[in-house]
Amino acid sequence: MGEAIVITSGKGGVGKTTTSANIGTALALMEKKVCLIDTDIGLRNLDVIMGLENRIIYDIVDVIEGRCKLKQALIKDKRFDYLSLLPAAQTSDKTAVTTSGMKEIVAELKQEYDYIIIDCPAGIEQGFQNAVSGADRAIVVTTPEKSSVRDADRIVGLLEKEDMSESPRLIINRIRNHMMKNGDMIDIEDIVQLLSIDLIGVVIDDDEVIKASNKGEPIAMNPNSKASIAYRNIARRILGETVPLQSLEDEKGVFQRFKKFFGMRA
Amino acid sequence: MLDKKQIILIKGTREGLSLFIDESASFHDVIKELKDKIMASKPKENEPIVSVKVKLGNRLLNEEQEIALRNIISVDNRFEITAIESDLISREDALKWREESEIKAINRIVRSGQILEVEGDLLLVGDVNPGGKVVSTGNIYIMGNLYGIAHAGVMGDREAFITASYMKPTQLRIADYISRAPDYESDGVYMECGIIDEEQDKIIIDSLKVLSRKRKEISGFERRINNG
Repeated sequence: MGEAIVITSGKGGVGKTTTSANIGTALALMEKKVCLIDTDIGLRNLDVIMGLENRIIYDIVDVIEGRCKLKQALIKDKRFDYLSLLPAAQTSDKTAVTTSGMKEIVAELKQEYDYIIIDCPAGIEQGFQNAVSGADRAIVVTTPEKSSVRDADRIVGLLEKEDMSESPRLIINRIRNHMMKNGDMIDIEDIVQLLSIDLIGVVIDDDEVIKASNKGEPIAMNPNSKASIAYRNIARRILGETVPLQSLEDEKGVFQRFKKFFGMRA
Repeated sequence: MLDKKQIILIKGTREGLSLFIDESASFHDVIKELKDKIMASKPKENEPIVSVKVKLGNRLLNEEQEIALRNIISVDNRFEITAIESDLISREDALKWREESEIKAINRIVRSGQILEVEGDLLLVGDVNPGGKVVSTGNIYIMGNLYGIAHAGVMGDREAFITASYMKPTQLRIADYISRAPDYESDGVYMECGIIDEEQDKIIIDSLKVLSRKRKEISGFERRINNG
């Protein structure tokens, strides 16, 4: 029996889709059976980042409206042993997807896969409700910007009302080293304190991430990039391993103090 | 007739008349005697309006009875009822009083977009994040960080105040007063309170020790008893 994890943020453009693709990839590299679901109906992107756009025949709306079987709509990623994608619809009516339809799909996928990663659309409307309804736990993505942290706070509030097995975890994305050092960006510590949820990873703002996404090869496949290591570490933490936060700089010690968040975690 | 005990006793004071109604008499008799007395002693057209205070002792009137009493005294007369006082309160009122004066202790984080409303005083163990709002009819005590909006004395109690372990609020509201954070980036304050300053006619943030001077009756119940 697998586990469904929703990746959400509230605000758009903070890297939900990139995070979903990379966590999925990293889990697949660790020989887990992974299925990615794109729930951003009308603005699908996950297929592009995974480089699977050309192979879409059926999508999630086709499944819900009964035009095809769930198995037919899944795209198998041949680069991995066991990674599939259920793409969002690009043109169909988005009201077709309901929470109950979503729950059914996730329940069926859980029979076969270890991890179902659900990429949530921006906003807190029906699309969010759908994406969250089937999930067992949630990961909230934020960037070190005020507006993004505000929205993350709102999302955490909404997630707490959902019936989930544990409280949401936090990823802080797009960290720029020099800005944080100068105090031009909100501290990681301050964000964690305000949102008061457990930190599961920090990812630096890396040009390689954009390059990789454009090529349709998630950065997590490249073993040498810092962002890649961050995503792989997040995947290991999802599996329950205790992995210390990697230092964002080459010199040691400066970010040592963040380790304490993991020490505090039960 | 003469030796019968008087049910209603009228006394003149500087503020007007006080009407003492014997608590042991039936309401029927009270009404009957009241009619007679009022007729006999009612002021003339050109005389000034006389204010009347009705003292019920250990008697509690229901709504109908109160209306009947008010009708006899003030309708078509130059009497004006300023107060009807009873030594008793109904169970319902007592419960309401208690509700309004209790301290509600709540342990949670009030996040962006969430509103926490209580009757009486609020003791919040947790933070109020930016975009979050806490509202109470009495005082607000926050053991945590106040970044959002706090509204104390929402039903109009200007004596209400707001305290927090750390405050850097977007807005403080007390009764019908609103104050907001300055437009420039500023540091928050530790262990202070927001309170209405009568002289400046606005909400000020000051250290907790001013409370002991300005708000002696910190408990809502005492306030209620003393102010009615």
